[in-house]
Amino acid sequence: MATKKFMFVNRKAPYGTVYALESLEVVLISAAFEQDVSLAFIDDGVYQIAKGQDTTGIGQKNFSATYKALGDYEINKLYVEKESLEERGLTLDDLMDLTWEDEDDDYEEKPSIHLVDRADMAGIMAQQEVVISF
Amino acid sequence: MKYTLMINEGPYQHQSSDTALQFARAALEKGHEIYRVFFYHDGVNNGTRLSAPPQDDRQIQKEWSELAKQHDLDLVICIAAAQRRGLMDADEAKRQGMDADNIIEGFRISGLGQLIEGGIQADRTLVFGD
Repeated sequence: MATKKFMFVNRKAPYGTVYALESLEVVLISAAFEQDVSLAFIDDGVYQIAKGQDTTGIGQKNFSATYKALGDYEINKLYVEKESLEERGLTLDDLMDLTWEDEDDDYEEKPSIHLVDRADMAGIMAQQEVVISF
Repeated sequence: MKYTLMINEGPYQHQSSDTALQFARAALEKGHEIYRVFFYHDGVNNGTRLSAPPQDDRQIQKEWSELAKQHDLDLVICIAAAQRRGLMDADEAKRQGMDADNIIEGFRISGLGQLIEGGIQADRTLVFGD
């Protein structure tokens, strides 16, 4: 089957609605189809990969650890919009340390998160063939 | 052009299903192909046959069902999303030990792979959601 450039755009907070959780289910399936997958985190979507999530008070499953597994599925292009972080008083230090192992480079651990500004994000989106937003 | 549509919101609550329906009709009229329509999140509720809106309102689920019949459309409801929200075809109801099924004619239940495959096969994938 052909390989296409897929981008999944995450715009919503991880809890409060089911979008983030069900988006992650789509992302994991796309890995099985060996597509060129990237993720975008914009607006409240940046909270999906925030450090130290604790859901004990809301009785919902904390699925944030799943993002750490994405690197093992060769999903390692996670574009985070700089302005979205800034608007929420967040920096890269507030995000989880998401990495992948580059088997072509002696399994060196490399960061999956790429901080890009709004204009760059638009450019990256324009290069995609399939953009699915949640 | 060949399109895959994704519908992420339930009928009546949100306009996305209406818009997608109108898009699908317009595209077909212009001679385009709808490769697949994939229903996800609360969008799976577009596939129930147990909807009974007031008579002067539109009948969204029936309209999808009829459009599918006319144009032999592939309307797919995501199984994982459907299980959470109580959408069942006869096989799934039996498997889950449920006493009823509620899927309308013209829809089928399948996996998320159908969305990805739809994205690969189509020239354009359009998402109708919030």
